[in-house]
This record gives sequence, C-alpha cells and structure tokens, in this order.
Amino acid sequence: MNRPIRYSFGADEHLFAEVSESMSLEAFFVGMAITRALEKLELEGVLDICLANASFQVRFDPELIDPQTLLDVVKTVEVKAVAERSLHTRIIEIPVLYNDPWTHETLMRFRDRHQDPSATDLEYAARINGLADVEAFIAAHSGAPWFVSMVGFVAGLPFMFQMVERERQLQVPKYLRPRTDTPKLTLGHGGCFGCIYSVRGAGGYQMFGVTPAPIYDPQQTLEYLKAHMVFFRPGDIVQFKPIDRAAYDQAVAEVEAGTFDLRIRAVEFSLDAFLADPVNYPKTLQEVLA
Amino acid sequence: MIKVLKPGLATSVQDLGREGYYHLGIPPSGALDQYALTAANLLVGNAPGAAALECTLLGPELQFGEDALVAFSGAYMGALLDDVQVPPDTALQVRAGQVLRLSYPKVGARLYLAVAGGIDVPVVLGSRSTYALGGLGGFNGRRLVAGDELPVGTPSGKGKVGASLPMALRQSLGGEVELRVVPGLYYERLQPSAAASFFAEPWTVGSEADRIGYRFKGGSALSFQPREQPFGAGSDPSNIVDSCYPIGSIQVPAGLEPIILHRDAVSGGGYAMIGTVISADLDLVGQMQPNQKARFREVSLDDALAARQQYKKKLKRMAELFGA
Repeated sequence: MNRPIRYSFGADEHLFAEVSESMSLEAFFVGMAITRALEKLELEGVLDICLANASFQVRFDPELIDPQTLLDVVKTVEVKAVAERSLHTRIIEIPVLYNDPWTHETLMRFRDRHQDPSATDLEYAARINGLADVEAFIAAHSGAPWFVSMVGFVAGLPFMFQMVERERQLQVPKYLRPRTDTPKLTLGHGGCFGCIYSVRGAGGYQMFGVTPAPIYDPQQTLEYLKAHMVFFRPGDIVQFKPIDRAAYDQAVAEVEAGTFDLRIRAVEFSLDAFLADPVNYPKTLQEVLA
Repeated sequence: MIKVLKPGLATSVQDLGREGYYHLGIPPSGALDQYALTAANLLVGNAPGAAALECTLLGPELQFGEDALVAFSGAYMGALLDDVQVPPDTALQVRAGQVLRLSYPKVGARLYLAVAGGIDVPVVLGSRSTYALGGLGGFNGRRLVAGDELPVGTPSGKGKVGASLPMALRQSLGGEVELRVVPGLYYERLQPSAAASFFAEPWTVGSEADRIGYRFKGGSALSFQPREQPFGAGSDPSNIVDSCYPIGSIQVPAGLEPIILHRDAVSGGGYAMIGTVISADLDLVGQMQPNQKARFREVSLDDALAARQQYKKKLKRMAELFGA
C-alpha cells in the first residue's frame, strides 16, 4: 500500500487499476471507495465498474468517452476517495453444513488432482494451517466474519476475505489441476480467499461444505433475491454459521417451498476500529446478528 | 415458430449482448462475431442487434412453422433448404414446413442465422443473449436441444428476398489469423524473452475453445519474472491476487497456454494477463477453428482506437446500405 495505484489499459474498452499487489482490507477499501465515487458520477460511456479484491476495472465505450479523459477522471476521484475509512453496509448470516456428503463425494472423485490425495480438503487445510483438526479449522473459519471483496468469476459468486490479522488468515493452494465439477453452493477456499460457488461448474478451490441458501437465481423466487438475481455485493459482511444435517435438510425444504429467508442486519464498519483491535472489533459486528 | 429438429453442436440465441452486469460476474455475452450477426440481421430487415442463432462448428436442422425471410452470415457452412443448396449472405424466402439443414464450416467457426422479426425470447437484463454458465437469457438460459420451438417476432417488412451483401462488405475468414494485442495489465511480469517469443511465434487454437475463452498452444512456454509472491496471490509466478479480467484479455496459467477470454468470460480470477486483443479483432477470434494458426501483433492503444474506427465505419456502411 506504499506505492501509487497502477493503471493500465485493457486495449480500447477497459481501464485496469491495481491498488496493491498484495491483498489487504486497506487495499480493498481504497478500491471500493474509488469505484463507489465513480459510480456516482454516472459518466457517459462507462459501461461497467468492476471491483476486485485489491484492484478494479472500468469497461467503457471509447466512442463516448476518450480513454485518456477517463483515466484523468479516475485519478481525480482517487485523490478524494482514498480518505474513506468507514462503510455503511449489511451483515448476513450464512448457514453452512461443513464436511457435507456432496462436496465429499466430489473431492473423492478428483483426488488425483489434489496436493494430498490421502486426506480430505478439510483435513489438508487444517494441517497446513497449523490447526489441530477439522473441528479447529471449522471453528476458525466460522469464528470471525468475512468481507465480500469481489463478486464474479461466474454470475454472483462472492470472493471473501476474513476479518482477522494477517497471521490468522487461513491460506490454502488451489487444486493442482482444476476440477471439472463443483456442487452448487459449495464453500470454497483458495489462497486467502473464501468463496461460495453460485452455480455448479468447474473450480479449483478447496471444498469445505455447502450452504442451503441460494445466492444467484435468474427466477428470483426467494424474498431476498427479489431485488436482484445476484444477492451479494462487494462490501457485504458474511458470518458463517455451522449447522447440522437436520437443519440443512429443513432449510432446503424451505428453499423448495419458497419460504427460506436469511438473517440480514444493517451495520457500520470502521476500518480504523478494526485495525486498532482486530480481535475484538469483529465481535461487535457479530453481536448485531444476535 | 421454428422447430429444432437437430440442435447442432452448440447453437444458442444471441444478440449484441448485455452491458452493465460484469461487476456481478455476468459477462456481456452476445454474438462472438458481432459483424456477422449484424450482416445477417440487416439482410432480413431486422435492427442490427436483433436476436439470431449462433451456430458453432456443426449447424442445426430447423423446421419453419410459418413462411419466413432468413439469412445467414459468418462461417461458410453448407446449407440445404429442403435438399436444395442455398447461398450465404443472402435473404432467402422459406416456406412453412420447409427444413433448413446447416452442416459444418469449411472456414470460420460460427454462422449467424437471422430470421425477419428476430428470435423472440424474453429480454433478460437488457438482452436476449444466452449466458449458459449462469442459465440466463436466450432460450431457457441454455443452448438449443432437439424439440425446442423458437418464437419469432414480427418482421419489419423492410427485408427483400434476394438481397445480398456486397463482396466488399463480406469477411475473409480462414488461414493464419493476425490478432492485434495491446500489451499491458501484468505484461511487465513476463521475462523479456517470453514477451518476445509470445509475439514472434505462431500459435494454434487448442481444443478448449468456446464462448468463454480460446486456448492457444504450440508456442514456447512463457516464463514470468521470479518474485516473492505477494500475500494472497498464490504460489505460481503466473498468479496474482484475483482481479477483474477484461474481455479479450490474454492470461497464461503457469506460463503454458495463453487463453483469450471472449464474451462469456469468467469476470475475474488469479492469473496474470499480459495484454488484451483489440475490440476490432474479437470477431476474428470467434471465427477461429481448433488447429487454426494465429500470430499476435503488438499494437498501441492509439492503433486499437484507429482499428476500431475502421471497423465501426464498415458497420455503418453496411447499415446505410440496408437503410437501417
């Protein structure tokens, strides 16, 4: 974070900006502040403003906005926006059946593509993160909330960054070769990022469990998907809640009946408060859900 | 109504695509060859961006429920209307009950079949294009299957049987393709020797080439500068902290096989991109067949903008010709 934002054009339709080479909440915050400020300008010719973990991208139509003019505007916005240190957002409780039978069946099918074919993804992740066992890993994974730091790869898939000090970040490599299959709504993890696979498909992240909660649905059946077919937005805060098989089955039945809902609360996040006390501050966010 | 007797290899409804949802992981989609889609539409009197069928590598077999004016453009596929050969880039009268059979392309990969009135599927997020990975848009969010019945909109009446595209406005496809690339994004991460060989050597389209991306093989492996990997980036030198992917951007996972992302792109990920194919050349990518050869040529952003103007001028000439 001690160097300026690096800008580069993705040919004639994209302006790419790398806030930081490495991931941090601060880098994410800078990108979020700039992209939000840019959105407010409603510039003609800007087709899409995409925020990623520590970078962002503007897709534009060069007939409507000159690339150099766009770059100048973004740089002007950058100067004002980097001071943004707090965020008005929402915290969402996502129920998770860790160690579920479906991701287990899938990970067994693709064992030859894994670093440690003799262990499950959870066992492997626990071991290389220095945790005693799978239970300890699940406790760490669901112990502190996560920031949605990017939505993408495929429709509505959230990338998440856990709200803990760097030393406590859970880190795992991706599969040696990507799988051709991942169950829908799998909880994945690659590098320092968690994700929820919004649709069934290829994937390279380690698999830890499934959530019964749909997060992308073009039919928009459930109440919380009525506003948009994509549920997550960058800046959302997620708290995972371990559930057992009975609770999972109950939730799936509710999804099918169209009555399932999520626990969502408004919350104010302060980057400075987090940096000052990264252990205790996230607990105050979790309390909002109680 | 058009009944799908045989779906072909990968036939889907596409228009010019949807903008504004890439930040949620929903890519633009739309015809990979936008020029050919536009040509087919104009020939039958449609708006340039009406929804048509994109037929890839093996065409479908379709039965028409009513009389229709149709035209196809793009890849050169054999086409039979009730066993009589019919020409490309020409507005054709089809009678109710007739069957149009498209075969495989001699050159090019994608044929666009337009019907006067357009394929009348619902508009989703501003477009009728199919985004199959997300089960969105098009006909039930997927490629066509046998038995599908496609609704057709009301023709404008402007289309004329026998209208054809002047030779000067037809595309030349096949052979070794030159793709112009603006280096950038994470280009500086490449070793200078790798940057040089990327542009110097010929590449071949691999078997993994679809609407999401085109994978190339045959060139030397590209090595990245060694570095201590930044936190969150992953251990391979080709890894970056997951970022956005421009449409047309070129990534090289593990330095092995470059992939050009196209209009159904995954919107982001953790592989360094070394440059972006200019917008004017994306149609050419979408017309490449597996095993076809390509060379990448380095150009500047100004070159890309000039090429885009040329491309748009050609589109405008075509639109003027058909009074659209």
